[in-house]
Amino acid sequence: MDRFLFLTFDGLSRGAVYAAFALALVLIWRATRIVNFAQGAMAVATAYVAYSVADATGSYWLGFVVALVAGLLLGAGVERVVMRFVDHSSPLNGVVVALGLVLIIQGVLGMIYGNEFRPAPAPFSRDAFEIGGVALLSRYDLFVFAAVGAVVVLLTLLFTRTPTGLRMRAAAFAPDVSRLLGVPVGGMLTLGWALAAAVGSLAGMLVIPTELGLHPTAMDIVFISAFTAAVLGGLDSPIGSVLGGLLVGLLLSYISGYLGATVAPMAVLALLVVVLLSRPDGLFSRSKARTA
Amino acid sequence: MKRTATVLAAVLLAAAGCSNSDSGGGSSADTPGVTDTEIVVGTHMPLTGPAAAGYSKIAPATKAYFDYVNANGGVHGRKITYKIMDDGYNPANTQQVVRQLVLQDKVFAILNGLGTPTHSGVLDFLKTNRVPDLFVASGSRSWNQPDKYPGTFGFNPDYTVEGKILATHVKTEHAGKKVCFLGQDDDFGRDSLAGIEKVLGPVAAKQSYVTSNPNVGPQIGALKAAGCQVVMLATVPGFTALSIGTAAKIGFKPQFVVSNVGSDPTTLAKTLGAAAPLLEGVVAANYLPLVNDTANPWIQLYTKVNKEYNAGAEMDNNVVYGMSVAYLFVQSLQSAGKDLTRDGIIEAVKKGGFTGPGLVPTRYSATDHSGYGGEQLTTIEGGQAKWIGKPFRTDDGDGAVEVYEQAAVAPPANGIPAA
Amino acid sequence: MTVVRDRVTTRIASPPMRRRFSPLLIIVIGAAIVVALTYALPPFRTYQLATVGAYLCVTAGLTVLTGLNGQLSLGHGALMATGAYTLALWQNKFNLLAVGIVVAILVTTAVGAVIGLAAARLRGPYLAGLTLAVAVVVPSITSTFDETFNSDQGLSVILNPPPESMTVEQWQAWVCWGGALITVLALALLTRGRFGRDMRAVRDDETAARLAGISIARTQVAAFVVSAACAGLAGALFAVIAQSVSPGAFPLTLSLFLLMAIVIGGLGRLSGALIGAVLLVALPAVAHEIGEAAGSQRLEGNLALTFFGVVLVVVMLAAPGGLASLRIPRRWQFRTKKH
Repeated sequence: MDRFLFLTFDGLSRGAVYAAFALALVLIWRATRIVNFAQGAMAVATAYVAYSVADATGSYWLGFVVALVAGLLLGAGVERVVMRFVDHSSPLNGVVVALGLVLIIQGVLGMIYGNEFRPAPAPFSRDAFEIGGVALLSRYDLFVFAAVGAVVVLLTLLFTRTPTGLRMRAAAFAPDVSRLLGVPVGGMLTLGWALAAAVGSLAGMLVIPTELGLHPTAMDIVFISAFTAAVLGGLDSPIGSVLGGLLVGLLLSYISGYLGATVAPMAVLALLVVVLLSRPDGLFSRSKARTA
Repeated sequence: MKRTATVLAAVLLAAAGCSNSDSGGGSSADTPGVTDTEIVVGTHMPLTGPAAAGYSKIAPATKAYFDYVNANGGVHGRKITYKIMDDGYNPANTQQVVRQLVLQDKVFAILNGLGTPTHSGVLDFLKTNRVPDLFVASGSRSWNQPDKYPGTFGFNPDYTVEGKILATHVKTEHAGKKVCFLGQDDDFGRDSLAGIEKVLGPVAAKQSYVTSNPNVGPQIGALKAAGCQVVMLATVPGFTALSIGTAAKIGFKPQFVVSNVGSDPTTLAKTLGAAAPLLEGVVAANYLPLVNDTANPWIQLYTKVNKEYNAGAEMDNNVVYGMSVAYLFVQSLQSAGKDLTRDGIIEAVKKGGFTGPGLVPTRYSATDHSGYGGEQLTTIEGGQAKWIGKPFRTDDGDGAVEVYEQAAVAPPANGIPAA
Repeated sequence: MTVVRDRVTTRIASPPMRRRFSPLLIIVIGAAIVVALTYALPPFRTYQLATVGAYLCVTAGLTVLTGLNGQLSLGHGALMATGAYTLALWQNKFNLLAVGIVVAILVTTAVGAVIGLAAARLRGPYLAGLTLAVAVVVPSITSTFDETFNSDQGLSVILNPPPESMTVEQWQAWVCWGGALITVLALALLTRGRFGRDMRAVRDDETAARLAGISIARTQVAAFVVSAACAGLAGALFAVIAQSVSPGAFPLTLSLFLLMAIVIGGLGRLSGALIGAVLLVALPAVAHEIGEAAGSQRLEGNLALTFFGVVLVVVMLAAPGGLASLRIPRRWQFRTKKH
């Protein structure tokens, strides 16, 4: 039983990170119909900046804030300088450009920082509390839950309660009409990318201390799990991506814990197949299932 | 913008075409990689990736020693050029870079290719192309097959030999305790386990990992659930640190006993960061002088070479290892004589009889290509390795684990093997 | 709420009736060129030539799937792995190469059929997500069933030495290009006929296609199966030239590079597939040379990566139709521009 509890909390903790990352992917998808394959690399770049600042000033939190700000700037920059000029008539062009960006970012990071796995300490202890003799959560896990929860709440509030949020949604769903109504569609796109990149940076900062170390390809696996989570939940649904992330995290944790680490990706594939066979647009999508 | 792209594309393809001209060359007509003034050898190493921790320092150290020898006139008037290629511990990349080294760079020999999974895949290619494959940086038994691979020679003690020695220590010091095993899912892990089980019998629980998945939480969790008191690790340094760190996080504190290839305290401490104190009491083994043994004449020699030719990189056991490999290679070159051929170097290594920094001698002969034959146990105290007891020697089979009593050998005065 | 559906416009379609060179003629000329090259080039270049041939098999199939049928697959690396491992297991047991290659193609076709059936109803990023999960599952399978597949260390492939008259590399190039030319011929014939028309119809407008009596699911699955067969052949050829298989040879990045190669080469065109295959071998080699010239070890690999990335971004921004589309500048004037 205690193993089950430990695996549950461990899975939820990882799942929260996947949820945040999936949310970032969904944000960009809803705004631009592009899956941002460069999300992981962008998050790693901001993490490097954060740890450089933390090493230089001795303050992890300063580095953390810098990571989020860097995320905003990087997201806005990528949208303005690169993605805006991509020919969107084929969805593949955006994908290839994003993949090219990944290579550039990882190459530049490697050149500046080297490819070794740098130790990335966590701000809180990662040793698990013992509650009734059972090692359950650690302080760090609680921090992860709090951070992701805050992000989800803030984004929900932004999109549903603020005028900016309304403008962003309008720009995404009906760009021509919004333009007529005076909404700066291009600016909203940039804002969307900036926010998504910041969320991605947060997810990166949360997950990297739990890995072997910080290195240029550190977020690749997280990207894959998060993309899977977003697809599971439905790329059009933010709730779907959050729930999908938690589900993927839990599944990976249980399967790794009970059946062994090597079986986990097969379980994720099986889950995807089962879900997508019955709901080809994801679990929580609102568009009708396509008839074959 | 379209025209710019056309021009750019044309330039790129032209550049690709230009690289068609053979790079390097200038090798003598007879022996690839050898001219009157130069010997070119190559290696494949994990300079990047999850196995790079620690190992990425070996090849620069080897190169530094070669630079030292070159500065003192080289070997029979030839300078040694060492081409270091990164394979990221990925066997597919090893295939590519070794083909490049042999077919394009036309190296004389492959020296100290690192990794059991990576090097296993190139044995046939090197055999077909009759390239000497010297001093493989791994303890797999695959390098000791004189009939099948006459040009391949190991360097590290076989993992089976090491497993037997470590298990003997566990049998004496931790009698009656529950012993478990975590190893890499390839010949490295399998050979180590075979050695351990020869002495201790079947272990209580065993788990494996792959370097492409840097999360050993499930494996450590399973070992904790099995109630292990001694955990024997056949892991590369990054994963040794990961295992020890992960165990601490879930409140699991067994006695760790680690293979030599994953035990360098400096590398482990760096990877563990603030959790470095967890290393106290970890048992391992070694067959070369310990880097913290500053009174040892070999360490003094290596420190001097490191400062002058390796840009004063941090000294650790990987640097000691790299330079020891270089020393042995220079010895073989000296033994092969001025008229250097591929067959000549192989015969020189087979003749053996080299004395060097090792605590036990190497075992090269016409029938044994394995390398070092034994190790001495160490424990970590105050962040550094300290010797325990005496060196042991044994074989891959059911031979006994015996103490080796001969005194260590000192290096030559100028640190370069005599002709 | 409008459901935005992404369409691949005719701007990127390969015009089927452009120039009526007989595919057979092109194949014969191609074969002659390859044979001549194998005698003229030094061994390492011949080896690279063989690699291009192997890549051409899979890029051709993938460009048909994605360009002509609109299905985005991120999992073709896994299909190549299926072909490669099948060949390795076969060779290690029976050592009959020609039969082994056929078996590898058949097994991969079966796997492709299964995936294609599961994916028949998926579109766009959902298909991408499923195929991504397939790509990532390769190391998981090799590690879980490590008795058969030997985990990350992989398997060696037993091969007979080539006949005395040719070097190993020449033989490899002949085998790979033999496979590649047969694949290209088969795909050229397929896509010029009814199957090709059906595929393009489904890609451009599913509702219209259904009204015209085309079975969407059957076309989708058939396209996937055909491209899977090509990937299986490519994987088997890779196993032959590397003489070993391991999961590290078929990472996710391989699937992504394949995609990038066909998009840059020119989606939907077999000439684009050839350009893509050449780029897959030439770009890393050029990048490596640039990196080596830079000197520092750290700089080397990363400079190569950055160079590769810059090329991708520049070509995509400048020539969205791919490099193959650059040769007909006249036609750009007549395209209607979107956005």
